[in-house]
Amino acid sequence: MIVAVASGKGGTGKTTVSAALVSVWEAPVIATDLDVEEPNLHLFLRPEISETIKAFLEVPVADETRCTYCAQCADLCQFKAISVLGETLVTFPEMCHGCGGCLSICPEGALSAGTRELGEISWGRADGAAFLMGRLRVGEAMSPPLMRAVKGKLNEMIAEKSADVIIDAPPGVSCPAVNAVMDADVILLVTEPTPFGLYDLKLAHKAFQPLGKPMGAVINRAGLGSTSVYDYCSESGVDIIAEIPYDPDIAKAYAGGNVITEVSDNLQTLIRNLATRVRSMAKNTAKNNVREALHD
Amino acid sequence: MKKIAVTCEAPTLNAQVDPRFGRAAGFLIVDPETMEYEYIDNGASQAMAQGAGIQAAEIVARSGAKIVLTGFVGPKAFQALSAAGIQVAHGFDNSTVRQAIERYKAGDYELAAEPNRQGHWS
Repeated sequence: MIVAVASGKGGTGKTTVSAALVSVWEAPVIATDLDVEEPNLHLFLRPEISETIKAFLEVPVADETRCTYCAQCADLCQFKAISVLGETLVTFPEMCHGCGGCLSICPEGALSAGTRELGEISWGRADGAAFLMGRLRVGEAMSPPLMRAVKGKLNEMIAEKSADVIIDAPPGVSCPAVNAVMDADVILLVTEPTPFGLYDLKLAHKAFQPLGKPMGAVINRAGLGSTSVYDYCSESGVDIIAEIPYDPDIAKAYAGGNVITEVSDNLQTLIRNLATRVRSMAKNTAKNNVREALHD
Repeated sequence: MKKIAVTCEAPTLNAQVDPRFGRAAGFLIVDPETMEYEYIDNGASQAMAQGAGIQAAEIVARSGAKIVLTGFVGPKAFQALSAAGIQVAHGFDNSTVRQAIERYKAGDYELAAEPNRQGHWS
């Protein structure tokens, strides 16, 4: 079972919720930080990293002596990563999305596979949990290719030893956010009861809805702001599955790099209840899937 | 005399020079002796998520122009134009295409040795 902890707005508490869920999860679990642009789950789980590898994307390297400037590669590329300008073949490796199309279409064999470094993938253990994260290379503009590499490692880890997965997703609703939630069985939308929280919750809800996955809202800093987030959830059928109260002790724990389940027994219980709720959401989906399959 | 590409906001000699190269509305390809010109639309580049500068350079290369007069050129467009053997003179924003050509003919310009705008990504 894969749980993605997402949000439209940044700073609502994705990592707080992810780390807390990992700390109470009552089954083998892989804590996975897919916010590769600004990973921070490790600051709270403090894993012992056992291995770090570099991840690369396949980009074209041109052999000008073989190029006949037919420009089939340039016509194919939707991202302007390769261009024929007069009698010069120019590649822009930083624009490449790594589809490999130019390599296979070149009739002269003038293109070969080079690499662009995307960043690093690290894994290890954090107490009872396995830990996995990606970190984008400074200067790299695209995070989905690295995220795919991290998810590849995640699949290896699951194949080796079956485990649930809690994904700390990046904020926003663009490609990185969708990449982080697309494989999940349950999506948590962490938000806060402020106009900013509401605005971005709407965006996230609408962006992820076509994926057809069960979604639940976690309201962080509950007690602040207004009721507009609650109103939106009830109008649009998003269940509120946890409310984390606004509490300076939580802020202190966060600032100290501690998991909030350590703050009080009440919070420990709150997060345990959230975990139970998430499990039942996933089970219901599984049941529905079986029902649909039987129906077909 | 070699043909000149000028980024422009509209298809006439009296149009303003479009300060942007990659996402210019279009290009006037001008013969500076006769002042005859041809307009090439560049509107499609404005819808591109990335690579507008490279596409614009491809369009200018195909037009046969050997020099571009514009406002600002980014790093990838500059690299692409250089690869195509096209010279770049920037700083022509805040003038009309006609004024830009006059300045060019009077030698009142400098060839750019590097881009004068940062890329959006790096």
